[in-house]
Amino acid sequence: MPQAPVPDILPALPEIWLAVAAMLLLMVGAFRGNASTRMVSWLAVVAVAIAFVLVLSGSKETGTTFAGMFVVDSFSTFAKELILVGTAATLVMSMDYIRREGMERFEFPVLILLATIGMMMMVSANDLISLYVGIELQSLALYVIAAFKRDTLKSTEAGLKYFVLGALSSGMLLYGASLIYGFTGSTNFEAIGALYTQAGQEPSIGLIVGLVFLISGLAFKVSAVPFHMWTPDVYEGASTPATAFFAIAPKVAAMTLLVRVLIAPFFGAVDDWQQIITLIAILSMGYGAFAALRQANIKRLMAYSSIGHMGFALVGLAAGTEQGVQSVLIYLLIYLVMNIGAFAAILTMRVKGQMVEGIDDLAGLGRNNPMLALVLAILFFSLAGIPPLAGFFGKFYVFLAAIDAQLYTLAVLGVLSSVVGAYYYLRIIKVMYFDEPAESFERPIGREMTLILGASTLFTAFFVVFPGPFLAWTQQAAAALLP
Amino acid sequence: MMFILIVFLPGIAALIAGLYGRLLGDRPAQLITSFAVTLSAILSIVAFFQITGTDEVERIQVLHWISSGGLDFSWAILVDPLTAVMFVVVNGVSALVHWYSIGYMSHDPHKPRFFAYLSLFTFAMLMLVSADNFVQLFFGWEGVGLASYLLIGFWFDKPAANAAAIKAFLVNRIGDFGFALGIMAIFLVFNSVDYATVFEKAPDVAGTSIGFLGMELDTLTVITFLLFIGAMGKSAQIFLHTWLPDAMEGPTPVSALIHAATMVTAGVFLVARTSPLFELAPITLGFVTVVGAVTALFAGTVALAQNDIKRVIAYSTCSQLGYMFFAAGLSAYSVAIFHLFTHAFFKALLFLGAGSVIHAMSDEQDMRRMGGLFSLMPLTGTMMWIGSISLAGIGISGVFGFSGFYSKDLILEVAWASDAFGANLAYWVGLAVALLTALYSGRLLFMTFHGKARASQSAMAHAHEAPLSMNIPNMVLTLGAVLAGIFAVHGFTESEEFWGDSLFMLEESVAILEAAHHLPFWVKMIPVLAGLLGLLLAWYFYIRRPDLPAKIAEANRPLYQFLLNKWYFDEIYEALLVRPMKLLGYALWRIGDGRIIDGFGPDGFAALVMGLARRSAALQSGFLYHYAFAMLIGVAVLVSWFLFFG
Repeated sequence: MPQAPVPDILPALPEIWLAVAAMLLLMVGAFRGNASTRMVSWLAVVAVAIAFVLVLSGSKETGTTFAGMFVVDSFSTFAKELILVGTAATLVMSMDYIRREGMERFEFPVLILLATIGMMMMVSANDLISLYVGIELQSLALYVIAAFKRDTLKSTEAGLKYFVLGALSSGMLLYGASLIYGFTGSTNFEAIGALYTQAGQEPSIGLIVGLVFLISGLAFKVSAVPFHMWTPDVYEGASTPATAFFAIAPKVAAMTLLVRVLIAPFFGAVDDWQQIITLIAILSMGYGAFAALRQANIKRLMAYSSIGHMGFALVGLAAGTEQGVQSVLIYLLIYLVMNIGAFAAILTMRVKGQMVEGIDDLAGLGRNNPMLALVLAILFFSLAGIPPLAGFFGKFYVFLAAIDAQLYTLAVLGVLSSVVGAYYYLRIIKVMYFDEPAESFERPIGREMTLILGASTLFTAFFVVFPGPFLAWTQQAAAALLP
Repeated sequence: MMFILIVFLPGIAALIAGLYGRLLGDRPAQLITSFAVTLSAILSIVAFFQITGTDEVERIQVLHWISSGGLDFSWAILVDPLTAVMFVVVNGVSALVHWYSIGYMSHDPHKPRFFAYLSLFTFAMLMLVSADNFVQLFFGWEGVGLASYLLIGFWFDKPAANAAAIKAFLVNRIGDFGFALGIMAIFLVFNSVDYATVFEKAPDVAGTSIGFLGMELDTLTVITFLLFIGAMGKSAQIFLHTWLPDAMEGPTPVSALIHAATMVTAGVFLVARTSPLFELAPITLGFVTVVGAVTALFAGTVALAQNDIKRVIAYSTCSQLGYMFFAAGLSAYSVAIFHLFTHAFFKALLFLGAGSVIHAMSDEQDMRRMGGLFSLMPLTGTMMWIGSISLAGIGISGVFGFSGFYSKDLILEVAWASDAFGANLAYWVGLAVALLTALYSGRLLFMTFHGKARASQSAMAHAHEAPLSMNIPNMVLTLGAVLAGIFAVHGFTESEEFWGDSLFMLEESVAILEAAHHLPFWVKMIPVLAGLLGLLLAWYFYIRRPDLPAKIAEANRPLYQFLLNKWYFDEIYEALLVRPMKLLGYALWRIGDGRIIDGFGPDGFAALVMGLARRSAALQSGFLYHYAFAMLIGVAVLVSWFLFFG
């Protein structure tokens, strides 16, 4: 195969732009000091916005570059747009927080940018090598972000735990990748996929073991049970904007990567990995529902909530059909918006200059701040999956895909755990509206926060009215992935 | 159009007053409902003269109501002579009660609600009497039940009123259960619920049998028996009568309208309306006669011993309904309806008069704390006298009599002339009750208006004649109590064509009715003599020798207690039914619902889930090596799964 001396860099333009921007912002920060953090943050938002435009204006055709290691198609485009939206929202939400909490250092937005580049590479990975590089770029940045509030014990503990367990998962991932390479002789997704379809025979057990390890490593990133153990501790320990970031963009990246890895090269082994995904989906949904029931800390609660939600998304993946992939993408879209809104609200929980994280602190919000309470109520109703809010449709599509794929047990268990899970979301609403008011939160919450809260709530509430474009969009993305 | 207005005007007024009463204020709500019902009453009188005495039957289709398989019927207004008579009674009394209530309820804070209920009741009652099929009849039947419930419990802060309202509802449920079964049986047998179809086919069905509760019984007997159970509940016949005296907890105008003149007579109306069925079911007719006679006697005796002025009248109502039923049981439907008609005037008058007394005595209802009121409220006293004389049935045959004289005498004459089952019993009981009626009526009058004043000085000083707004309706009713009989007797009971085809009687029944008109003078006068004797006795006991009643009561203590306690019906029901059912309910609630359903259901699940939650959360120990261990175990399990099962 004749190789062009210089690879085509156009498909990777958004990533390259972000990398350059991150370097430039690092320079700005280095020369102007921490006082420039706010400016760096805003510039980072601008850089993300430009990257968003670049992704949108990129070629619509599926194309690979860098010797087939990097792929751009509708699927990756969709995932990147979600990631960039999540990143931008996190950056905007974090600005006030890091200034107030005395962690206003210019590295924070830069690290977020670097992690974003890693995520974008993950979703465009077309090779086990580029997959690993993308994951590590993302993870290394995230380890630091978790421990960013370095003068508190909890934050550093969170960073360390995440780092150690992340290293373990990376090890599993690499081990799995090496087994796959050993049994197929290639690291390229297309080549591995081609082997499957050509051979037309049962995959060897070695390949299966490799796949199990690979899935385990990726399941760690989406925090699916039993590889979820880091999630509650890290969510609780990390600073709130970091938690928000963890809950939003990396989840989208890791889940879309998992979808790509299982669908693109291993579509032939769907019967095998379907069992694993079904199992971890059930465990994640159940654990996410049950363990959250007794939580008193809202960040920890959101950790279990995200474990559960990833379980629901995995239900769509377990279907192993185009409809299933589409339902995962819809789920991720809705999950992203709901979580942006929820964390924006959590970031406004401030009493007398102190951030509070207890669910009890929300008591009587319905009287103290009816508008914020209404927004939170809509978001939590949606997270619980109450129609006609967006969260209901997310669940609806994944269960529909599972039923069409005849995974009835999975769908029934999913619905049941969604019922159990509804309890803790509803409890928050009950606390807000029926409990004796606690100290009211500081106001105003800031223009940017209002905007984010308003936009995400409107989307959540009115998704039912205009699902058409999103369905068409995810349909196109899912079609690009399946052979 | 006129008929539609008659029926729907009160309904619309009820809606306006009920929904917008607060907005409108008290006075407009009162006036809207009162004028609507009055207009309806005037139209009813026009309709009465248009319909009765002709073969004309108006049937106005309002809407096609239900069509489901073989069940197909419309909502239609049927106006025949029977309906026209009921229109006059219902709307006439209702209009007067509306006007009376403006005065009577002047101190109540919830006037619009009261008037909305009154009009709602009127609407439902009109629906009941104008129905053209059994389901529509049942709708009106339940509608009046609801309105009755709402009005008995109108003073919702009075526990006794709430209890009475619930009691009325529950006891009526028993009757309604029978009634509903009857309608279902009708549909089963006739495959229709329209009067016309059912009555037309009735002769074909006569003599056939139907399986009921595992027994083969005569079809029409079963149907009419079930319908009559409904009538017993609504018309407070013995065994299902216990709610009526308690219903006196409601405002007095309500007692006059619902629990004397109109709703409680719905049972009599039902029997008259379904006369084509009853006429062909002699066994049921015998039962109706016996129940009517027993009720008349029972209620008449109890009324003797009551001290609450309203309760005396309530038992009197019960007793008079017994008269109507045994008249119907003897196939003299027209006579039963005639008594219903006259009774509406004098009984409504008695209640409204009692209401004026209670109003004047600052809500005192115990006759033992009244007396000597005649000089203070002569107008009310006079009208009560006229009402009572009418009730006692005083008059001279062929010359003049008060309204009650004509109807009651005719009932007794029918009983005399008839040889149907129970006719003899009915006659002698009826005669005895005529005496009792006069006795308790006289007792009421003497204890209330004459003799020594037993009320406190301040209460007496406060007592006053009722305002004109309350007295004018009473005067109209007085006029009815005096004249209704003499003017209506010919049309109602002698004229061939008055009823058109609305009442059905076999040849022999017609003959008996005919014979009853041609009895010798002395037979016609016996009841009057009984009545006069009763009044005389009352005068002797309560004016001449006021010490005597207490002595008699002391001498016959068990009998007195028996009557005072209303034949112990409430106590027996309490012991036999209410307490066991409460116990059963309590057991089902505590054990069935609390321990079994909740214990294994919601509570059990919740506990299980919470336990799981505690254990799940405990897995999160915070130790790094636990976490790493979990991950490795996870991988190991997945790999082994594929090694062994994959």
